[in-house]
Amino acid sequence: MIPDLFSTRGSKQITLLLILALMSPLSWAKEAAPVAEDPVIEKRMLALSEDLRCLVCQNESLAGSRADFANDLRREIREQIKEGKKDQEIIDFLVERYGDFVLYNPPMKPTTYLLWIGPFVFLLIGAGILFFYLKMRRRQIEEPPLTDDQHRHAESLLKEDKGNNA
Amino acid sequence: MMRFLLPLAAFIVLVGFLAVGLGLKPREIPSPLVGKPAPVFQSPRLHEPDQILSSKDNLGKVWLLNVWASWCVSCREEHPLLVELSKSGIVPIYGLNYKDKPELALQWLSQYGDPYTVSVVDPEGRIGIDYGVYGVPETYLIDKNGVIRHKQIGPVTIESLENKILPLIKELQG
Repeated sequence: MIPDLFSTRGSKQITLLLILALMSPLSWAKEAAPVAEDPVIEKRMLALSEDLRCLVCQNESLAGSRADFANDLRREIREQIKEGKKDQEIIDFLVERYGDFVLYNPPMKPTTYLLWIGPFVFLLIGAGILFFYLKMRRRQIEEPPLTDDQHRHAESLLKEDKGNNA
Repeated sequence: MMRFLLPLAAFIVLVGFLAVGLGLKPREIPSPLVGKPAPVFQSPRLHEPDQILSSKDNLGKVWLLNVWASWCVSCREEHPLLVELSKSGIVPIYGLNYKDKPELALQWLSQYGDPYTVSVVDPEGRIGIDYGVYGVPETYLIDKNGVIRHKQIGPVTIESLENKILPLIKELQG
């Protein structure tokens, strides 16, 4: 039997269906609960984890990594922010456990001197080599002074030239 | 002459660096916890979840803490060695069942053997974070004063046992 959509009973059904259809986004809204309740905490957590290295996937930051381990550490950071810890305290907490390796911005200390100063040392060495090389080259391509014979020859050539022009 | 010698020297230096680089293990990050007191944990036992084990109970003895999980493939690699080590009775091995489901963990142990004096559970990896665990398996050697003396990252091998772990245990027990 074809449903009688145009009878009064049918239009009531349609209205009901429409209401139900409109209500469904409301029910979704509840299911898709936001990952973090507090955007402020989330923002601080993200800012912090940008500068931290994920130890499993070593070329990714903690903020960018999808590894399970990174998830755990992000949860830890989030919880510590909620407890009211300062950024530096949280970083210290992680360094205590994972070492300076978790920092993308390692501190200046004897073990990292080479890391920090190395590039400048190489730059200096390179600049030095370039300097001496150029100096050496200049000496090589310097024009040797003319002998007396060549001088006289050159002068006579010049005179000849002037005479022709006149 | 220099024209050939210089590039050759540079090449040899480069090869040297690359050769050393090949031998490095960038995944093994030295733990800052070696030489420091082992973080204290209290956690339910895997076999008797209503009983809590405190790491403080182990003060006064040398022990190994082995982080393992049933989902961890390399754990199976080291497992026979651990079973053998526990049979020798040289050192008690405590297990930290890391981010695992108890039923899977128990099944895994009954299948491959249980080398652990006690296993405790760490379902959310929180004890793991305290110990700086970032990959399973990891094994910590803890002395009588509760200080971490060695951390083995990745599976325990015969070489690492014979060259490092066993001599250190002997020294610490002495």
